[in-house]
Amino acid sequence: MHRSNSEIILDMKNLVVDYETDDGIVHAVNGMNIKLNRKQSLGIVGETGAGKTTTALSILRLIPDPPGVIKNGEIFLEGEDILLYPEAKMRKLRGSYVSMIFQDPMTSLNPVLTVGEQISEVIRVHRKADSEDVIRKAKEMLEVVGIKSDRYNDFPYQFSGGMKQRIVIAMALACYPKLLIADEPTTALDVTIQAQILEVMKDLKEKFDTSLILITHDLGVVAEICDIVSVVYAGSIIEHGTLRDIFKSTKHPYTEGLFNSLPNINARAEFLKPIPGSMPDPTQVYTGCAFYERCKYAVDKCNAVKPPKIWLNDTHYVVCHKYDDIELTQKEVENNGM
Amino acid sequence: MLKYIMKRILMLLPVLIGVSFIVFFIVNLAPGDPARIIAGVETDEETVERIREDLGFNKTVVERYGIYMWKALQGDLGTSYYSNKTVIEAFMERIPNTLLLGFWSVVFGLIISMPVGIISAIKQYSIFDNLGMVLALTGISIPSFWLGILAILLFSLKLQLLPSGGNEFWYSVILPSITNGTQMMALMTRMTRSSMLEVIRQDYIMTARAKGLDEKTVVLKHALRNALIPVVTTAGNFLIMMIGSAVVTETIFSWPGVGRLIVESISKRDLNMVVGCVILITFIISIINLVIDLIYVLIDPKIRSSYGIMKG
Ligand SMILES: Nc1ncnc2c1ncn2[C@@H]1O[C@H](COP(=O)(O)OP(=O)(O)OP(=O)(O)O)[C@@H](O)[C@H]1O
Ligand SMILES: [Mg+2]
Repeated sequence: MHRSNSEIILDMKNLVVDYETDDGIVHAVNGMNIKLNRKQSLGIVGETGAGKTTTALSILRLIPDPPGVIKNGEIFLEGEDILLYPEAKMRKLRGSYVSMIFQDPMTSLNPVLTVGEQISEVIRVHRKADSEDVIRKAKEMLEVVGIKSDRYNDFPYQFSGGMKQRIVIAMALACYPKLLIADEPTTALDVTIQAQILEVMKDLKEKFDTSLILITHDLGVVAEICDIVSVVYAGSIIEHGTLRDIFKSTKHPYTEGLFNSLPNINARAEFLKPIPGSMPDPTQVYTGCAFYERCKYAVDKCNAVKPPKIWLNDTHYVVCHKYDDIELTQKEVENNGM
Repeated sequence: MLKYIMKRILMLLPVLIGVSFIVFFIVNLAPGDPARIIAGVETDEETVERIREDLGFNKTVVERYGIYMWKALQGDLGTSYYSNKTVIEAFMERIPNTLLLGFWSVVFGLIISMPVGIISAIKQYSIFDNLGMVLALTGISIPSFWLGILAILLFSLKLQLLPSGGNEFWYSVILPSITNGTQMMALMTRMTRSSMLEVIRQDYIMTARAKGLDEKTVVLKHALRNALIPVVTTAGNFLIMMIGSAVVTETIFSWPGVGRLIVESISKRDLNMVVGCVILITFIISIINLVIDLIYVLIDPKIRSSYGIMKG
């Protein structure tokens, strides 16, 4: 395994996850690909039900089973496919190599344990240290996220929502993970607190050299903290690129819709234009493009044939028939160039 | 905290007065002349009349209740009509046996229900879970007197393993406590399971797993304590249920507890004894209730803080 500055932290290939419920099979994730380098931040954006959380939980192998089943794909952490790991080996990675922050800080801390114990615990599991060291380390982490260490023995209900999320962050970073997954870490908080929490995450990401996957449906949050963005629709990526690619040369009609549904960002829209229609039925299997029914550019081909992945430059790709021709011209360009 | 305990003990007074009122009147208005029953059928009318006067039965019920309560408030619950033991003495003789039976019933219930409930929840819909739930349903449905009789038939008469009654041996308590504890065991199993199922779906359990904790720690440290909060609150009711059902169990197994004392006293119309024992048992149940509330406070930090005993 080679390590360089562009060391690959996470390489997810063609992940497919189903939930096999009594009401039918929910195709939550349909061929996800994520490649993340050291210190890079990836934003995963998409509507509710797009499969964002499922993707994140797959990386920790914590999909509720039953009903969740990983049907296909590989997830490489440190160059090894963790889907082949035995559970005990997987446990060693959770909380130490890869950590996760959940959406609602109100419910993600255990109400009957002190916050100090909840931070100490993760250190104790992964590091060999005597109990005094562990406590000192945990208190240090509290200070790092801006909470006085004398609150070590307090219980979660004694903290506000924003403080709880800081504690959750302290917990997630306590073992210096290489990868931090934050699943809508600010959605449950009010706007001023959101900004603070994002700031804390940004600082600590730098401080601890952590790669980040930030899941959100808020493009504003993405712009704040991410280097690259994947836009997810119906369980797979429909457009991916650098922040600049996605924001300055938006390609996919769905991504465009997402921008238009933002409340007036850079005067992109005078009024809110939500994307018409709703998320596709996740139990359905699509022969063509999953966005077909809601897309204003849709043509017959879109319903019949799966759109190809079209690379627009080294970093930017889109999965849409609208750019089939561009691919051709690019190919021609490449051919001519050779 | 101390203030809270004091308040709870003060609140006991109206409860005890209410209970004594109801029991006193039910017992005294029951058909049959107590003096006649105490004197025996053969005795002449004069003697019966004398007994009636001695015991105060010539006064009205309301008068008698007044006199009774006046004495009771001074700590005198009267004397048995039959022996010269005071009610308190007789009660104190019997109560350890009842508590012992209650205790072992609860222990039996907990030993079975905790692990079965937890495993059923973790392995929901497995064979173990289904079996456990069938067992629990059976346990809830079987009346304890019937179970007691079955137990005697099987273990005492047929297998001759355990005594059918009395309390001479240390193992005499086994059959009565199983009989007494089965229903509670079944209810607790179902409660533990459903409470555990609820807790295991919570976000903080996912957080605990995401930390890399092993399943044992997740279940025993993170889930169980939360799951036990509702179970413990109702466990109080179970212990009380246990003492209530002791009347039946003690009678089946001739277990010399308060339950049997009350049953005997009712048939002998030993009214002082009946009323006194009921008041005393109410008092004990209330104290148990208080202790259980205190345990609840210890488990749930949120409640703990509102009583001003914070950790750290
Ligand atoms: N435990 C589960 N059982 C059955 N279906 C599930 C389960 N969890 C998620 N799903 C389904 O899988 C699909 C993807 O869900 P997921 O939670 O990954 O979406 P998401 O993008 O995180 O949405 P949100 O923005 O609402 O969090 C949805 O259709 C959802 O209903
Ligand atoms: Mg989600």
